[in-house]
Amino acid sequence: MKPAAFDYYAPLTTEAALALLAEHGEEGKILAGGQSLVPTMAFRLARPATLIDINRIASLDFCRADDEVLRIGALTRHARFETPFLPGPLGALLADVAHNIAHTPIRSRGTFCGSLAHADPASEWCCTALTLGATMVVANHVSERRVAVADWFQSLFTTALQPDELLTEARLPLRDESWRYGFYEFNRRAGDFALAMSVVALRLEGGVVREAQIGLGGVGTTPILAKDAAAALIGQAPGEAAWGIAAELAATCFEPTEDINASPEYRRDLVRAVTKRALRKAVA
Amino acid sequence: MDGIGASVRRIEDPPLLRGEGRFAADIDLPGQLHMRVVRAGMAHGRILSIDTAAAAAIPGVVAIWTGADVASLPPIGFRMMGLTALEPYRQPILAQRVVRYVGEPLAVVFAEDPYVAEDAEELVYADIEALPVIIRAAGPIGDFDAAHGTEPTIIRKAYGDIAAAFAAAEHVVELELAVGRHTGVPLETRGASAAYDAATGRLAMHGAAKVPHTNRIAIARMLDLSLDQLHLHEGHVGGGFGIRGELYPEDVLVCLAAMRLGRPVKWIEDRREHLMAANHSRDQLHRIRAAIDARGFVLGVEDEFWVDQGAYVRTHASTVPDLAAGMLPGPYLFPAYAAAAHVRLTNKTPAGTYRAPGRFEGTFVRERLIDAIAERVGLDPIAVRRINLIPPESMPFDRGLDALGTPLVYDSGDYALLLDKFLRHLDYEMLQASLATRRAAGEHVGLGLAFFVEKSGLGPFDDVRLELDAGGRAVLVTGAASVGQGVETSLAQITGEMLGISYLDVTVVHGQTDRIARGMGAFATRVTVMTGTAIVLAAEKLRARLLAKAAELLQQPVSALVLRDGAAQAEGGSPSIALPALIAACLAEEDAPRMVAEATFESGHMTYPYGIHLAIARVDAETGGVVLERLAVAYDIGRTVNPMLVEGQIHGGAAQGIGGALMEEFLYDEDGQPLCTNLADYVMPTSGEMPPIDILLTEDAPSGIGRLGVKGAGEGGTTAAGAAIAAAVDAALGGRVPITQLPITPSRLHAAMKQAGFE
Ligand SMILES: Cc1cc2nc3c(=O)[nH]c(=O)nc-3n(C[C@H](O)[C@H](O)[C@H](O)COP(=O)(O)OP(=O)(O)OC[C@H]3O[C@@H](n4cnc5c(N)ncnc54)[C@H](O)[C@@H]3O)c2cc1C
Repeated sequence: MKPAAFDYYAPLTTEAALALLAEHGEEGKILAGGQSLVPTMAFRLARPATLIDINRIASLDFCRADDEVLRIGALTRHARFETPFLPGPLGALLADVAHNIAHTPIRSRGTFCGSLAHADPASEWCCTALTLGATMVVANHVSERRVAVADWFQSLFTTALQPDELLTEARLPLRDESWRYGFYEFNRRAGDFALAMSVVALRLEGGVVREAQIGLGGVGTTPILAKDAAAALIGQAPGEAAWGIAAELAATCFEPTEDINASPEYRRDLVRAVTKRALRKAVA
Repeated sequence: MDGIGASVRRIEDPPLLRGEGRFAADIDLPGQLHMRVVRAGMAHGRILSIDTAAAAAIPGVVAIWTGADVASLPPIGFRMMGLTALEPYRQPILAQRVVRYVGEPLAVVFAEDPYVAEDAEELVYADIEALPVIIRAAGPIGDFDAAHGTEPTIIRKAYGDIAAAFAAAEHVVELELAVGRHTGVPLETRGASAAYDAATGRLAMHGAAKVPHTNRIAIARMLDLSLDQLHLHEGHVGGGFGIRGELYPEDVLVCLAAMRLGRPVKWIEDRREHLMAANHSRDQLHRIRAAIDARGFVLGVEDEFWVDQGAYVRTHASTVPDLAAGMLPGPYLFPAYAAAAHVRLTNKTPAGTYRAPGRFEGTFVRERLIDAIAERVGLDPIAVRRINLIPPESMPFDRGLDALGTPLVYDSGDYALLLDKFLRHLDYEMLQASLATRRAAGEHVGLGLAFFVEKSGLGPFDDVRLELDAGGRAVLVTGAASVGQGVETSLAQITGEMLGISYLDVTVVHGQTDRIARGMGAFATRVTVMTGTAIVLAAEKLRARLLAKAAELLQQPVSALVLRDGAAQAEGGSPSIALPALIAACLAEEDAPRMVAEATFESGHMTYPYGIHLAIARVDAETGGVVLERLAVAYDIGRTVNPMLVEGQIHGGAAQGIGGALMEEFLYDEDGQPLCTNLADYVMPTSGEMPPIDILLTEDAPSGIGRLGVKGAGEGGTTAAGAAIAAAVDAALGGRVPITQLPITPSRLHAAMKQAGFE
């Protein structure tokens, strides 16, 4: 469990980091919190020739709410969200989610953007970003572009990020007061990657659901939007009847993965349970 | 006030808390090389060739060995319970022509630093032709090699007339029960460093644990050294649990390399290796049947079981099946009994003992059987237990079996009394009533209880040397070992009690083969009983000399004097003489720097502590998740040297039992590839999953073996946890879902609930 040899750079500016990325291409890897990358290197499942450590780039260390968006810089650690970063339901959701990511030491190093770049299908932040409709800000040494989250996750551990690009920031839309959020995951131990999770967002008006998103994580090769399940809620009064219908649709809208912890059939049953529970929490 | 019975703090802790511990990885010897083991990636295959050229070409690589380089060494032998029939299945230190499990040492690389060693390891290429893989112990018998099958032996134990029991039975209750493959996972992985001094011909190995003296003999024999050429040294040990400290291929390779290469050699195991290479345990499938009469009294029990030994038979030989078969009857009368244990070789990591070996499995099997009997005759599970318990007037109770080569005679016990005390302690009726209320409100919550009998104090002997210096401080030298269990503290307390000094004035030297000639080490919960009594015997010799001298100086009859508070004194405290002065007077006569006494305690019988576990579990019906709300343990260990240490043992043991009950399992695919080789996939309980643990310690049945009345406390926290938790889950689901397999993982439980028509 000793990594293969690598070169190490610790640039002080984003420009310098991007220049290094351009120079090293496929061989260069960004080191953020290191909580996913370093273990894979120790197992020699990853053997980047060059590490570009962004931890000293002060300009990437920000997290702030601007007019309509929450801007999460590349060095924002998971722990930043443990106590609600924002007032209201969104801050509460992010705090709930953060507490379910790994353990305290990992949360104090691992980054929000690192999770999105790594794209583990069981990542809580990935599921959250997809459900809430995040936008990624990515840059290379010549330009910057924005990627909608719908185009971000491509397959297992694969995103729209190019080898010469840095994810400088992720943006979460700040929605109005009529939105409610809920999160629930099932895992074998506190802090483990979930066997199934659901993040939901509901806009309630006049006693019925007007808009809805239901995200699922840990059950396929990427996080998943259960669109039919969400659509079935529109116009419904919040409650067990509606949740049951949505959960049923959620459970059948994806191709479940299989691993030592869960068969495909079990995963569908878990999705049924976590979706219902996330919906219940949203209106609790 | 800090002698026997006091919950004093551990003398081990200050250096550990200050980060001054000296664990295996902390030992660095000047000029050392680093060893890295190349491990088989295939579960069973014939080695056609091993190409080391590319690896050898890396700068910094000093040597690479394959099986051919060590072919002259014998395989690793048996430390205990060896049988001739098992000898062909012993493990060579590097695979010879055949690999038998993923993780088997195939070659070793020695390099200037551990990174280079790992780089080189990757470049060693073995061409291996696949052979058929066996991963199910209870399947058909296969071939180990041309001359030997995969079932070397069946261990049988029996007493009474089993045929008559079944002939007379009103009911027969039959179950198939399985305990998964799991093991002790110490926080510190294994490690060893060795240095050889060619000038003196002496070899020293650091990183020894558990049984340094025994391993010294074994290594010396394998390397053809005389005993005085080799010494083993134990440092701090980050957990033993049965698996750490046994003799493994890597220990021998490190020693051999230090001699052959003329430089110190260091090896530290990584976690991935640990989970594939250190002993696994458990993994038994039992088919058990009981003949019972109309009121649930058991007339006879017949058990046939299969033990998945893995790919080789290691140091423990037949220990686990022997203990499982011998101790399965536990606290019950069972007038007739017959067990047959099939020892089976498969293509998994070899197995050995793990905390409560054979008893965790056997207790699960027996207590599930008792629960099934209760169900069958429509009685309360506790009522059925009561009518089958061995009554106190039958003690000592000769089981009519043996275990670990000793006759199984329960030395003392009042099982029903402990049950009464425990139920009262728990306010059992209230507890059941509150669970019934919760169930009525729709919760799936239940309670399970399981009895166990443990064993401890295995002989045959323990030696100690006790020294008193002029300042009145004692040094205790023992051949016992510390695996982190608090041995130094409890032995110091016993010594202090005997000599009338504080335990803080006692230094305990253990695990050093150059400090005492013989030693048995620390296993089978033996030290407090065996070493403890040897201390009493040695201390009595010193005490006799001290008190005789004090009698002379104080002009008092010897019988009027005691050693207390660092002085020899008469009842009431006066007259008195402080120990330093008294020791000086003794030493003046002897012209020696210290007073020394040696003693040996020999015993051919074990002691048998006993206890009960109670678990309360809640099932999440939609996910199959189990939340363990509470675990309570009642334990009678005869006499407690340090209650805090005993409680610590129970807590740690319970965590391991909970792991085995709900989480921990080494899974393999059909090709024999291990699927749980890191701590994300091998799921152990963390503080987040630990329920509050409620402990009731009693001292109602002191042991007549040894001089202290103590029985061991090391394993009972684990023993019945699996059985009690299974019963609790069973009860939570209203008996509708049979819980016959550990661990009760969410996916397994969910599937079983679906099958049982749960919605
Ligand atoms: C024991 C353990 C348990 C865990 N449990 C969970 C869990 O339950 N849920 C969960 O979501 N995660 C879990 N994690 C992973 C953890 O959350 C990681 O922190 C996270 O996945 C990655 O963030 P990081 O900053 O550590 O990224 P790193 O490990 O530094 O990098 C991960 C990958 O992303 C790339 N990368 C990182 N930042 C950027 C960037 N700004 N631009 C471009 N590429 C980038 C890296 O090059 C690398 O390929 C666990 C980790 C451990 C060790």
